[in-house]
Amino acid sequence: MSILKKALTTAALASALIAGSAYAQDGEKMRIALVAKALGIGFFEAANKGAQEAAAELGDVEIIYTGPTDTTAEGQIEVINSLIAQRVDAIAISANDTNALVPTLKKAMDRGITVISWDSGVAPEGRQMQLNPSSAPLIGNTIIKLAADHLPEGGDVAVLSATTTSTNQNTWIAEMDKVKGDYPNVNVVGTVYGDDLADKSYREAQGLMQTYPDLKAIIAPTSVGIVAAAQAVTDAGKVGQVNVTGLGLPSEMAGHVKSGASKSFAIWNPIDLGYSATMIAYHLAKGDATAEPGAVIPTGRMGEVTLDENTEAAMADPFTYDASNIDEFSSIF
Amino acid sequence: MSILKSREAILGLAILVLLAVVASRFPGFVRPANLANVFTDTSPLILLALGQMVVILTKCIDLSVAANLALCGMIAALMDGAGVPLPAILLVVVALGAALGAVNGLLVWLLGIPSIVVTLGTMTIFRGTIFLLTDGAWINAHQMSDAFKAFPRAIIAGLPVMAWIAVAVIAVFAVLVNRTPLGRAFYAVGGNPHAAVYTGISVGRTQFAAFVIAGALAGLTGYLWVARYAVAYVDIAGGFELDVVAACVIGGIAIAGGSGTVAGCVMGALFLGIIKNALPVVGISPFWQMAISGSAILIAIAFNARSNRAPGRIILKRAEHRT
Repeated sequence: MSILKKALTTAALASALIAGSAYAQDGEKMRIALVAKALGIGFFEAANKGAQEAAAELGDVEIIYTGPTDTTAEGQIEVINSLIAQRVDAIAISANDTNALVPTLKKAMDRGITVISWDSGVAPEGRQMQLNPSSAPLIGNTIIKLAADHLPEGGDVAVLSATTTSTNQNTWIAEMDKVKGDYPNVNVVGTVYGDDLADKSYREAQGLMQTYPDLKAIIAPTSVGIVAAAQAVTDAGKVGQVNVTGLGLPSEMAGHVKSGASKSFAIWNPIDLGYSATMIAYHLAKGDATAEPGAVIPTGRMGEVTLDENTEAAMADPFTYDASNIDEFSSIF
Repeated sequence: MSILKSREAILGLAILVLLAVVASRFPGFVRPANLANVFTDTSPLILLALGQMVVILTKCIDLSVAANLALCGMIAALMDGAGVPLPAILLVVVALGAALGAVNGLLVWLLGIPSIVVTLGTMTIFRGTIFLLTDGAWINAHQMSDAFKAFPRAIIAGLPVMAWIAVAVIAVFAVLVNRTPLGRAFYAVGGNPHAAVYTGISVGRTQFAAFVIAGALAGLTGYLWVARYAVAYVDIAGGFELDVVAACVIGGIAIAGGSGTVAGCVMGALFLGIIKNALPVVGISPFWQMAISGSAILIAIAFNARSNRAPGRIILKRAEHRT
């Protein structure tokens, strides 16, 4: 096995040396590899859709969508090695392990391949930049905006979180508190914790409706909580009175959006993510942008991203899903 | 005075005090409609606690009930997705739950492995099986048929079907445990296994029967749970087995086996159910909630331990008289 691998690598290296840098020398298409955590996952198939869209827009780009068959770092290392052998121009990867991929990706960068990570990041030494789907301040603002959008006259809203110690949820709620002055009509009455258990979240949602009879919305920035709260609102016969919103997955929320228990909710859009990752990889590989703190990289229809001191960037606000687009996305992820 | 000595009376009193305390902070809690909701919400806990009770009576413990519930619930949701009619689903989940319980029972009975080890193992296996069946995917509200979700919610004579199922099972257990040979065998096996053998009761077979009953109830509850919360995934009812054991212990079922009543068990479950439902509405900081739940359990157990303590016994009455 290892002899075969060595032979293959040597052969690939030799051919690469002969061919030289494919993109720089002739008018061939730039080849960008989009590496998924695993093949066959709706989220990444959707990201590929976005990457193809970006490629069509850019014209001189070919997307190689690939990934291991299961979500392991070992599988991804093999995939990256074969991409290095194919001498692609850029690799955009959603990593199965933050650290395990670093040596292999370093090798890719040593060969002049542009490496970025998106969605699930790689440690800074193993990539040039990381594209996050969103950022805590953007998410915090989005979840209260979702509630405010359907409350023109304002009213009481409550937050149903995961556990008291969930880092993500606590950060998002803290960011939400910072901006709630921008929504003067919305009165945040309190935060309860459903511990990401369906039954406890359901009970907490029931408790919220009893404690605050005038409650107008429940914001649940957790996928278990938002589903449980929507069910509790439906069972209490308060569809239309209490709007459930927050962060959830379209496939899990489709029924509750159709029943009206949730008018809208948000989560990152994988299509936009694949699109932006491709755009960034293109500009970095072409050399008209550099991955350094403070750099601004254009991302086509998504605008642009700015790298922070860790060379990470946030793509955009979470994408809002409602009755108009839920069917399209519920089959994707 | 003697009525105060019965554990059930003390527990009943504790429940009333608890309700009074909650009502003083949130009067709406004791409205009959809300109390009915609390009972309905506690039904899964009651069902599982009754199953657990017979297992504990035989000196065993079943930690796999919540995982059994989750697996049967997932199977129910998958069958519904495949278009199987509801009565068939109900039959299958009860049979499957019983079969899973039988696996526990056989391992305890034939291999003589301690039940806590057996069920710790099967607990993980059951959860793992759900993952194998679904690859970790969820089954969501819109993927379940309306009939599937509506059955536990259907109102008959003011209470949902789910609550009536709990009432029916309580009644069956009261008869089973007090009036049938099998029911008395549970006590005999747990109270004094050696004596039970001499009276012709097979200890292993009785424990096996207890596990099958607990499993069947877990299977039924699996369907009810999934239909009520309209979602099925690997981790549903995670950690619920501890609530079930806590309900039994609060209800005065002796962990050492052989002692406990259906009424105590039901009240233990209700006590926990009331706390769970009251904490969100009385406005106590969530950071305190876990501590309060835990303290309530400890206090209840301390009460039990005190009333359970055997008074000193004079074993040589005649010798005492002679002196």
